[in-house]
Amino acid sequence: MAVGIGAEQVTGGQPAPGIAPPGTQRRRQRPLRLPRSPKIIAGLAILAFFALWSVVGPLVRPYSPDQVFANATSPLAPSGAHWLGTTQAQQDVFSQMLVGGGDMLLVSLIAGVIATALSVVIGVSAGYLGGLTDELLSMLANIFLVMPALPLLVILFGFLGKTGSNDLFLVGLIISVTGWGWGARVLRAQTLSLRNRDYVDSARIIGERRSRIIFAEILPNLTPIVASSFLFTVLYAVGTYTAMAFLGLVNPNWSWGGILYYAAGDNAAVSGYWWWYIPPGLAVALLGTALVLLNFGIDEFINPRLRAAGMARRSGAGRRDRNLRSQQFGLTPVIRTVSGTPLDSPPEPQGIATHGGLA
Amino acid sequence: MSRQPLLEISGLCADYGQGPAAVHAVTDASLVLHRGEVLGLAGESGSGKSTLAMAATRLLRPPGVITGGEVRLFGADGSVLDMLEADYAILRVLRWSQISLVLQSAMNALNPVLTIRAQLTDALAAHEPHLSRKQRHARAVELLDLVGISSDRLTSHPHELSGGMRQRVMIAMALALRPQVVIMDEPTTALDVVTQREILEELKDLRDQFGFAILFITHDLSLLIEIADSIAVMYAGRLVERAPANALFRAPRHPYTLGLLSSFPPLHGPRAPISGIPGSPPDLRALPSGCVFHPRCQFAFDRCTVDTPPLSAVGARTDRLAACWLQHGDKPVPAELAATEPAETELAANVSGSHPPEADLYTPALGTEEPVQQGSTA
Amino acid sequence: MRVIARRLFFYLVTAVIAISLDFLIPRLIPGNPVEAILAKMPGQVTPAVIHALDVQFGVNTSASLWTQYVHYWSNVVHGNLGVSVGNGFAPVSTVIRGALPYTLGLIGVATVISFVLGTAIGAIVAWKRGSRLDSLLPVVTFFQAAPYFFLAFLALALFAIKLGWFPSGRAAQIGDFPAFTWTYISDVLDHAVLPGLTIVLASAAGWIVGMRNVMLTTMDEDYVLIAAAKGLAKPRVIWYAARNAILPSVSGFALAIGFIVSGSLLTEIVFSYPGLGSLLVQAVSDDDYALMQGLFLIITFAVLAANLIADFVYVFLDPRTRQEA
Repeated sequence: MAVGIGAEQVTGGQPAPGIAPPGTQRRRQRPLRLPRSPKIIAGLAILAFFALWSVVGPLVRPYSPDQVFANATSPLAPSGAHWLGTTQAQQDVFSQMLVGGGDMLLVSLIAGVIATALSVVIGVSAGYLGGLTDELLSMLANIFLVMPALPLLVILFGFLGKTGSNDLFLVGLIISVTGWGWGARVLRAQTLSLRNRDYVDSARIIGERRSRIIFAEILPNLTPIVASSFLFTVLYAVGTYTAMAFLGLVNPNWSWGGILYYAAGDNAAVSGYWWWYIPPGLAVALLGTALVLLNFGIDEFINPRLRAAGMARRSGAGRRDRNLRSQQFGLTPVIRTVSGTPLDSPPEPQGIATHGGLA
Repeated sequence: MSRQPLLEISGLCADYGQGPAAVHAVTDASLVLHRGEVLGLAGESGSGKSTLAMAATRLLRPPGVITGGEVRLFGADGSVLDMLEADYAILRVLRWSQISLVLQSAMNALNPVLTIRAQLTDALAAHEPHLSRKQRHARAVELLDLVGISSDRLTSHPHELSGGMRQRVMIAMALALRPQVVIMDEPTTALDVVTQREILEELKDLRDQFGFAILFITHDLSLLIEIADSIAVMYAGRLVERAPANALFRAPRHPYTLGLLSSFPPLHGPRAPISGIPGSPPDLRALPSGCVFHPRCQFAFDRCTVDTPPLSAVGARTDRLAACWLQHGDKPVPAELAATEPAETELAANVSGSHPPEADLYTPALGTEEPVQQGSTA
Repeated sequence: MRVIARRLFFYLVTAVIAISLDFLIPRLIPGNPVEAILAKMPGQVTPAVIHALDVQFGVNTSASLWTQYVHYWSNVVHGNLGVSVGNGFAPVSTVIRGALPYTLGLIGVATVISFVLGTAIGAIVAWKRGSRLDSLLPVVTFFQAAPYFFLAFLALALFAIKLGWFPSGRAAQIGDFPAFTWTYISDVLDHAVLPGLTIVLASAAGWIVGMRNVMLTTMDEDYVLIAAAKGLAKPRVIWYAARNAILPSVSGFALAIGFIVSGSLLTEIVFSYPGLGSLLVQAVSDDDYALMQGLFLIITFAVLAANLIADFVYVFLDPRTRQEA
């Protein structure tokens, strides 16, 4: 159930099943190979690691996360028995960390699926149908984008109550309500541009049914965007779920946000119980880093200028590269070779017009 | 038109990138721009003409690098400045006050968030700090007047002006400090033909009025008929021919120039087949051996594939240069490349004031076709 | 100005939707909130309060949904947001009003500083492309990725506890009364530094990277080349480019402000800062529904107002959006 690998498979550019009207020229983007950018690979690797952790964790935990140990008055520091120490209630932090990923992953996947489905339906409809439908749907998406997510989620979960929040599906559903807006906007923009392409126009002129056009021509080309939108939504859901657990809006047992909820409640930071709040926080931060890395990687892929600026540094040592790299704007560097000939050019015959430096 | 040199470029080489993957955009280019002269620099897209101009002024963007040659700027008082050795502070002083720039698309070259007045006066503020605000404003009004734009446009922004007006603003902006040289890179390409003609006329008037030199870069040879005193032709980063304008049109000496000239359809007279030039320009990372043009040249012979011909004088005249082995006496020169030179007096045809009768000006080198009028773009 | 009018209309629609959501949610979710409240604190509630709660949540009333809706609207317009059970049944509006200035001050100032600093740094990193400054980017990435409350924990542990440079919570010393004296104000500032620093660090990263990316593209524009060709001083050339490159950041501000506010509220909680964030967590633990609803409205309105300001700024900065006659 590794999220990272899933994305790779989805971007294979597979055609929508069963829809191949005879005689219609169906143009599809070449299958999008994921670019070999170190950032993207690093991001996916982190995701894969956490997915693995979440699945395997509950199976290898040394103790039950609720199990209370010795009677001590304050949390114990890490030791052989408790690798990450204990909480105020004398529970094993490491076990809590191991099981903390499961619920979170499930909820995030649910939220991701629902939000992505919503954004596809709304975004593509808005982009393809245009007119008043577009205006209304766009406004809807913008409203949910502009409204700050946290207060809305607070009242939604607040009224749902503690019992309601045990239903993971419901939690995922509610989170998805705030997470579909961005994807819808992007998909709408892409649909708009695809709609005006020649092959879609010709399908329309032939008289293909609208639904057919959408499923056969447009959706397959949106696959990469849908995939990356799904990925980002899942990560957004992770962050949001963690915040909800931290606030105590959803059952804190057991997720990393929940561990932080208890830690904050017992003033872990002020009292210096670093083993209690740093592991869960770091875990969420690393997941966030995966998101940011993927973001950067995709940005660089789309805009090669950014890539050049970052890679120029990596491409090697030597004075000549440094000259090139730190080039001042408006002052083209002059880098002559020893004899004055440019690098790698064929030898010049001794003619009348020669350039300075050559005898 | 004095024959005093103003900007002398010798053997300039510029690459994009470094190492084996470098693109040799300009190789061994030599040009001289004289005081008050209009020098046309012609060539296809990718021939390196813009790169040459930007490299000469050290304005080439990364990853551009200058890898060889000399660029010298001659002051009115006789001083000489080595542009490639100069430091940033010196370059700043002479930029715009000695050399200014007009680019192809004014929509991109004018800052969209600033007013026209701000863009006309910022160079003034930087170079002549003693001017007061009112004086700068007065100069801005003057500049707009030069190009026939009303001064109530000073508070407008670029997107509010038409394409032709924006281009005129660019020209006015370039003249703000009365420079010695104005480099114009495809200044009229983005405009419709009618506006193109108007702007060319205005340019000629301004040139007559102020006497600045122009390096006019274009892919459209036919424009150069209108305005150039001399022309240099570039191909794949090398200069292949240099000559006074009239001489180039009537008596080209390089097969590439010949090909370019026979690429315009004549507007008048009987229809003649356009020959064009077969093939396409080479990849600048992997230039052909010997003469860069030989794969497409109808006159190529064995020496052409081995040795690169230098840009050298043809015949007795020093201002007639071509980079072709044919002109070296190795083989007899084909008729198309050996047309008679126009007489000395006719060479001065494009200078201010006197324009020769149309028929004479447009008599082509080939002799078999009707006069070639200013036709469509090359 | 037509642009602003359209945006204003959009914000009004959003506000209406927000108020409607606030009205509908308690009524849609199963359960009787009033009973839940009564169960929590038996014997402390007067019939008048019960009645107020009933009206607030639409319980035990025979009025139609529409009538309740209209009534709710009139309450909101008059500033009546119900009573807060967690604060001795004081009016929600009063409770919020007490905490609002702290939050507005903290988040307002921190956001502005973050934006200005972030875009400036982004422009400079882009300008000096390929230099050592590029190695800042991974560091910046970490700050952008870490959740606000985690950074808050770290800041608290490091600067307040370990180093003792700043106080560890609250807005002022306990026992101090708000007054326009220097001692009080400097005390408030002292307490606001760490939360503010956390917010700035967490949010600046987004601006830095965004500005850098746009700036790199902008630097390739012809007008920047012309600025250099004019021999203008380097800061001015950078300014010409930055002035254009900042536009997407300003329009992106609208989107970002929602996240920044959410993160900032969580930060307030870690620092026990008496702003809306603390009220939020208090409302959750007390099941103080009315307070939750009121907070939702106020925070949403604040974000919409911030968006409107950003729109004004955008129109001011980009002359192409102004429709001249």
